[in-house]
Amino acid sequence: MRLFAHELRTEQLLFWRNREAAFFTFFLPIIFFLIFGSIYGNNRITGIRGAAFLEAGMIGYGVASTTFAGLAITMTIRRESGVLKRIRATPLPPATYLVAVLASTFVVFLIESALIIAIGRLLFSVALPDRVGSLLVALVLGAACFAAMGLGMTALVRSAEGSSAVVNFVYLPMAIVSGTFFSPQHYPAFLRAIADVLPLTYFTKLTRDVMVRHHHLWSDGGAIAVVLLWGALGLAGAIRGFRWQPREG
Amino acid sequence: MFGLLGPNGAGKTTTVEILEGYRRRDAGEVEVLGVDPQRAGRDWRERLGVVLQSSSLYPGLTVHESLRVFAGYYASPRDPDEVMSIVGLEEKRDARVRTLSGGQQRRLDLGLALIGDPELIFLDEPTTGFDPGARRAAWDTVRGLRELGKTILLTTHYLDEAEQLADRVAVLRDGAIVRAGSPSELTGGTVETEIRFRRNGSEHVERTLTPTKRLHELTADALARGEELEALEVRRPTLEDVYLELTGE
Repeated sequence: MRLFAHELRTEQLLFWRNREAAFFTFFLPIIFFLIFGSIYGNNRITGIRGAAFLEAGMIGYGVASTTFAGLAITMTIRRESGVLKRIRATPLPPATYLVAVLASTFVVFLIESALIIAIGRLLFSVALPDRVGSLLVALVLGAACFAAMGLGMTALVRSAEGSSAVVNFVYLPMAIVSGTFFSPQHYPAFLRAIADVLPLTYFTKLTRDVMVRHHHLWSDGGAIAVVLLWGALGLAGAIRGFRWQPREG
Repeated sequence: MFGLLGPNGAGKTTTVEILEGYRRRDAGEVEVLGVDPQRAGRDWRERLGVVLQSSSLYPGLTVHESLRVFAGYYASPRDPDEVMSIVGLEEKRDARVRTLSGGQQRRLDLGLALIGDPELIFLDEPTTGFDPGARRAAWDTVRGLRELGKTILLTTHYLDEAEQLADRVAVLRDGAIVRAGSPSELTGGTVETEIRFRRNGSEHVERTLTPTKRLHELTADALARGEELEALEVRRPTLEDVYLELTGE
């Protein structure tokens, strides 16, 4: 427990110290919320206010950028720079390390979500979510599944230099196709077909239903199942492909 | 201090990685500090310090923060300030790691290996890529460690480094130890002594395992003929000669 707390503090220090990463994973969803909220916050999208639609969408974008993209890039760089290998030689148990790393990204994502909700309330007059318990469970569930995919993703990236290119190539189109910014309703059929299998589509639907439509979390069993399934795939990939040592070493 | 010497590809790093517990051995028995590295746990890692072949640091942290982070992984670490002075980085206490020179980063690598106050330290090519001044400074630091009573396993492909630092040296070739002993043992007795001289304008070079006898014969002949052996030279082989002979280069 002492080790876990120490590593969690370390991870927080590392995250906030790394300005570029903090900007891309933490602030970008907030900035997009401000920009797009100003553009179409008062339009109506799928029967709800644009700002409310976007608020849930940016939390979806946030889960992808912090727990998936941010984690995958950070862990690939650490693997290739030999940091993971070095940590493996210390008495810090590998499981404690990984759990602390994950917990740290959850903390970042939860702070981000809270900020997005606060901005929504203050600037765009979006009502605060009333199903707080459901929302928290949805956020942690999403964070866990996307983090598992993020760790699985590290197996597919060979070099530290390539990590942000590969990861951005995956998650940016995913974020757009999944309807975090716009409703997929009016997308061409092939894009909707892609959106229909992506986990972010379902996570965004889940948060939107809970936040805007006041649904109870468990009324969305299908969406939960799809997110969990992707999380399980990510976990399987991570178990098979996660490495502590650099590729070339 | 034990030096593992060999050309690139001889198996130095592989050997060390087996001893560090990173790699599984194909056959045989391995014991480090009385424990099989493959089954070793936290207690064993408390007693071990590792410097990897390439620097593995967090670029965003300061020197002091890096030491503090790694100190937190051990049950009874050394004081970060004390370690900073051992590796000569006091003046860089609050400098970000990314601003350090290559030699300074390498010294921090060494500091991180010392922070847990280990009994045994693995140094994998600690000065590769250093300029001569930085190498001498690093050697002084490593000698300082020996005075702290640490056992050190050094791998290097620099002969002078092994000669300068190691009490015992093993020469590795194609994954097998071809010769082991103190540097003076390796260069004495078992290897042929070289005798050079000029006679009638032409160069003569002989190698012999019995230099006293051979020299006596040569000088007796010369005296009998009333000649002088010009540019007479009797040379004990250096570690370099032994090494080149053993590694077949």
